[in-house]
Order: sequence, then structure tokens, then C-alpha cells
Amino acid sequence: MKNFFLSVYLAIKEIARNRGRFLLVSLVIALITLLVLFIAALGEGLGNSNKQYLANLDADMLVFLEKADFVIPSSRVDKGLARTLRRVDGVESAGIIAASGTAILLPNDEVLKVSILGVEPGTPGAPAVIEGEDLQSELAAEVLIDRNVALRTDIKVGDRITIRSTQGTEDEFYELKVVGMTDGNLYQFAPSIFVTFSNWDKMRTKSDTELGRQSTTVNVIAVKVADSANFDSVEANILARVNNVEVADIPTTIANVPGYSAQQSTVNTQAVFTLLIGILVIGGFFQIQVLQKVPQIGVMKAIGASNGVVGLASVIQIMVVTAFGVAIGGGLAYVFSLTFPPTVPIIFNGTNSLIAVIALLLIGPLGGMVSIIYAVRIEPLKALRLS
Amino acid sequence: MNNVALEVKDVVKSFMVDGAPIYAVDKVSFQVKNGEFVALVGPSGSGKTTMLSMLAALLSPTEGQILIGGQDLSKMNERQRVVLRRERIGFTFQSNNLIPFLSAQENVELMLRLNGKLKHGERIRAAELLSRLGLGDRLTNLPAQMSGGQQQRVAIARALIHNPTLVLADEPTASLDTERAFQVVQTFAALIHENNRAGIMVTHDLRMCQYVDRVIQMQDGKLVKVYEDKKDIMALAKGE
Repeated sequence: MKNFFLSVYLAIKEIARNRGRFLLVSLVIALITLLVLFIAALGEGLGNSNKQYLANLDADMLVFLEKADFVIPSSRVDKGLARTLRRVDGVESAGIIAASGTAILLPNDEVLKVSILGVEPGTPGAPAVIEGEDLQSELAAEVLIDRNVALRTDIKVGDRITIRSTQGTEDEFYELKVVGMTDGNLYQFAPSIFVTFSNWDKMRTKSDTELGRQSTTVNVIAVKVADSANFDSVEANILARVNNVEVADIPTTIANVPGYSAQQSTVNTQAVFTLLIGILVIGGFFQIQVLQKVPQIGVMKAIGASNGVVGLASVIQIMVVTAFGVAIGGGLAYVFSLTFPPTVPIIFNGTNSLIAVIALLLIGPLGGMVSIIYAVRIEPLKALRLS
Repeated sequence: MNNVALEVKDVVKSFMVDGAPIYAVDKVSFQVKNGEFVALVGPSGSGKTTMLSMLAALLSPTEGQILIGGQDLSKMNERQRVVLRRERIGFTFQSNNLIPFLSAQENVELMLRLNGKLKHGERIRAAELLSRLGLGDRLTNLPAQMSGGQQQRVAIARALIHNPTLVLADEPTASLDTERAFQVVQTFAALIHENNRAGIMVTHDLRMCQYVDRVIQMQDGKLVKVYEDKKDIMALAKGE
């Protein structure tokens, strides 16, 4: 304990008396922290923009067309499949998901590109309504908007919006009444709007050959199982009952969203390389510092300071400087995050930020390890040039 | 009561160079009593610095025994040597003596911290010792804010503050001008005598020997002559 307090005393005194030098390193660590936190937040934001609707689905599994490789846009199943699945043992409920892209016309000839999702109200594919009311009728010209649509426009519950859809080679316009609002439903980098299947089929982009024909296919069926512990047996029941389908849980579906895995691995690689650069920068600084302090450490050891005191003082110094830098960087990241508009995909997720902060706190001791070992190995005889 | 602080018995230190042993210190024996200030002199390469390194428990003898306050260094492991250096030995070196980020008083107190003896009374004693050495107005100064002579005096205070058995000084005047050098050694000698400590100073500057009680002269690793008579010592110091 005596050694610990002595090490703390020496570490803090040195930092306090060389504030400028240590502050400079802390600022470098702060910039690295800022970069790592933003990369983590960007990864979360980009991932979220791609998967948020799926991640928040009140469903345990999605049923795809066989060999669609769990890719929603590649999958086509009959919407009647939902009724079939509801009768499978272990299935609590099932609902359709039909996805497409469209645009909302805004004042001044501007448009907001959105994902338009066809769902059945009250079934697993449909989102929870946080304001207003749910879609009431299959044929009524009603729409639910995601909060992100409201944040980017002035649209609110009760307003009427105009949807522009390409039908063959012509643009068609559909007017819908906003009856409710949902939250957390970004899909494929766009905010979502929700309509009934009939409206979705009417408003989805169509080729010339599809004009005038009513479709009965949707992309996937969302299934909620009665007991999630029985996932495997329910999956087996579905596959036994229905031909030409495959089943995936939500994490598998998200991993197969086009570009999602590649995007996440790119962002994670950037974060890892930034951390590695941090380790090298901190390691380099403390190594140079120890080389400058060889005579000083030699004196310390000659007058009776143990290796433990010298090593621990170095560790404490590195941790204090790193923690200070991470705190500054974290604060800066928070302040900057307040200035970003909702269109920028930056999300400071608590868990990811915590992992990033822990990784950043570890880069100090990791980077400084070589210098600590070097300091401990300094021989007073050589340091003081007595040999 | 045994008055011997340091006992060196037939100490040999050899190094292997190109397969052949080189004797840096060869069968050297002497004693230093409490309250005695001894100079270890000799030309460059005579083995005095190697001898000092062994007395400081920084280097182990190849043969022979070194006893400090009755404790045999050859029977100690590295951990025990660290404790011995901390508790029983005081040091001053040629240069780079002080910890640069600690003030004069903090540098002196460091020895007390290392020994877990820093209490209010001891802090006052550290300040008094520095004042005694003419540094009363420099207590809060960092080493970089002090002259070489002032730094050496802080080092002397640090070497004595924890009441060690043995005080070792390696060329304490090497980086000082003549006037400062005399002042430093004179003060050092006075404090050694006053505190009844055993002191050994390695020096190549024979003029500094006028303040010591005995001079041990080394050459080629061997102890060649011991000056004990004050007249002989003064003659040596004057270069006669």
C-alpha cells in the first residue's frame, strides 16, 4: 500500500509539473477518442439506417422464398402464406411484409425518399403506433409515418401527403391521410411509411407489363412464435407444412441485408486501425519519455525505489493521461453530436460507446507497456554511468 | 558497542574480457567507523568507482565480504539490497542527482517517503536541514531553478535525512567551480561528523581531501596507501 501511494505521488507530481507535455498527449488521445467514437457511432448509425425496422420487429422469424438467401428484396411469397402459417403449431401470429421505395412530395418541388412497407395492421410486420391511430381499413387511403419522416419534414398526424410513384413510364400521384405515427423504423437508409397491402400494391413502382394487374405476392412473412424457446421446432413445423420456403431469425435476416455486413466490417476495421494507431502514438510518446528519464529512474532505483514503485508510477501516469484524454474526447464527441441533424446517420449507442471507451482506456497501458518494461529494466549502475 | 559502520574484507571484483579476467578491485580491505569521513582517491581506472558501486549494493563482489552495519551484502538477494539502499545508505552522485519534477524539499522528503517515515515533524526537519545548507529560501524551487552547487547541497540533505549508516558520494564536486566545490565538501564533512555517520567520498580532486579524516588511495584495483595522519592528508591535499 505504501508503494502504491508513493507511485501515485510520483506519477501525479510529474504530470502536474510537466502539464504542457502531458496535456499535449492527452489532446492526441482526445482526438483519437473523438475519431473512434464517431466511427463507432457512424457504424451504429449506418447499421441502424439499414436495419432499424427489422431490429424493432415484433417477430421472431421471417419466412422467405427458398433460395432467396434470406435477402428480403429477392424473396417473393404469396400473401396467403400468412394465413397458412398462423395454423402451424407453435405460431402465435403471422403477417405480411411487402417492401418498396417511393417518394413523398414536399413543398417547393422537393421530395423525401422513403421506404413504403405494406403490412397488415395488428400482425407482426406492422409497427406499434405511438401517436394517432392504426390503419383502419384495407382500402382506405391512410398511411402511418415514421417519426423520422416528421423530423425531416413538417408532416404531422392528420395531414394529407402525396406519394409519387412510377407506373410504367409515367409518374402517378396518390394522396393519403396520415392517421398515425410510429418510431424507430428506418429501412434501407430511408424513413418508412406504412400502408395496407392493397394500397402498397397500388402505389409500388411497376413496369409496363405489371400495369393493371393485381399482385398477390409480398416479400416475406413475419412470424411470432408462441414460445421463443421453441424456435427450432416451430421452424421445423413450418418447413414440414410449407414447400419452397426458408426461415431465418431476425439477426440472420439483418446480417443478410444487402451491404450490411460489408459496411459494418469496413467501419469496424477503421475503428480497429484507429485504435492501433492510438497504441503506436501513445507507445511512442511514453517510450521517448522513458529514454529521456533514464538517469532519473537510475537515481530513483539507486536510492531504494523498487521496480514495483517505478513500474506502477509509469502505469498510473499512462492511465491518468489516457483517462483524461478519453474524457476530453468523449465530451467533445457528445458536444459535436448535438450539432448533427437527424439526416446524419450518427448514433451514440451506450453499449458501443462503452466498448469503444474501454478499448480506448486500454490502448494507453497497451501502448505504454514497452516503456514500462524498459523502465523496470533500467539498471541504476548503467543509468548513472557508474559501470 | 561496535563502532564500525562499514567493513570491507578481501573484496575482489573481476570482469571477463576476451576470456581473460580483469581485476577492477583486487583484495581490498578497510573499515570505516561511525563519524568518520573517508576519501577514496586514485587515478582513472584505479577501481574506486567499482568499489563505490559495490559499497552501494549496486554491484556484487566476485570474492570477499562487505558488511554495512553488520549486514553482509553477499548474503542478500536483490530485494533485500533495495531495502538496504533505502534504509541504510545515503547517496550523492556526480550529476543528475535530483528528481527534476520534485522541489528541493520534496527531493529530500522522497527518502522519507520511500522509507514510509514522512510525518509532519520529519518535514520540518527536512526544511531545517536545507536551511542549514543555505537553501532556506529555495525549498520550493525545482532543480532546474537551482545552480549546480545548490543541487549538490540538496542531494547531501537527501543523503542524510533518513539517518543512514553509510553515506556515499561519487565525485560530488565534479560539476562545480572550485569555490562551490570546497563549500560543498566542507558542509558534507561537517554534517557527517555532526550526525555521527560513516561517509565515503570518491574523488579525483585531491584538494578536497583536506576535509576528510582518512584517505584511501587505490591504483590498478589495489589499495596502495592509506593516509591517516592529518599532516599527511593536508600535504596530499596541497599536492606536496
